Amino acid sequence: MSTTASPADRAGAARRAGSSRRSGTFYKGDPGMWSWVAHRITGVLTFFFLFAHVLDTALVRVSPNAYDAVIETYKSPLVNLMEVGLVGAVLYHALNGIRVMLVDFWEKGARLQRPMLWVILGIWLLVMVPGTYFMLERTVTEMFGG
Amino acid sequence: MSTESMALDKPRSPRRPAARRSNFELHSWVFMRISGVLLVILVLGHLFIMNILDGGVHRINFAFVAGRWSSPFWQFWDLSMLWLAQLHGTNGVRTIINDYARKDTTRFWLKIVLYTSMVLIVAVGTFVIFTFDPNIPAD
Repeated sequence: MSTTASPADRAGAARRAGSSRRSGTFYKGDPGMWSWVAHRITGVLTFFFLFAHVLDTALVRVSPNAYDAVIETYKSPLVNLMEVGLVGAVLYHALNGIRVMLVDFWEKGARLQRPMLWVILGIWLLVMVPGTYFMLERTVTEMFGG
Repeated sequence: MSTESMALDKPRSPRRPAARRSNFELHSWVFMRISGVLLVILVLGHLFIMNILDGGVHRINFAFVAGRWSSPFWQFWDLSMLWLAQLHGTNGVRTIINDYARKDTTRFWLKIVLYTSMVLIVAVGTFVIFTFDPNIPAD
């Protein structure tokens, strides 16, 4: 049994019924399914990053120079761009995790799973636009002058 | 849940053999929710401070880390985040291995790798937070 959102999303989708019920599927292809796929992918990506991140931070125990040298790579343009991807992945995982808990514990959660998905995607965009600006500001000005 | 999963036993039906069940999956499900709520605060706070606020990653270096870990508050923040994120992530990947590994031996070895990496990362991270020395020689 999966321990993530799928059963609850399926319940919400089943309640809406209608056309999807007639075509013999309650869940497959529903935005709820894709939210679950994205939750898995962002979770695994974050987990792999965490592995690397704890090891790079552990260099503070080796020497300040070793740590500073590795942190310099985080400031390079490509890794700086990947940082935006990481923050986007973690933010989606956090927001969708809240949505999953609302589906689990809020009485209207299952019925509102789809509108809640649009809400969290809206919040994600609202945070990511200024967030991306502040994360890339320095790299962009250094690359293109200003 | 669908109605067929809630079917009741017939009255006076013979006792089922003593179930060899544990509540591990229930507990891990609950843990994912509790740790998830805490991690929303810990991780989003961490990302906001480290990546977005006041120049983001460009101002991070050894001195910056030393400044933060001089405060027990941030030591505790980072330690909680390390443990919760590792357990939360390991349990998530465990679920994914259970879902997609087709052979028992594959599943077994993937989990050995997973649990080994979890113990390694938690141990290294905890060691570093507790033994951090701001006056360590530069080279």
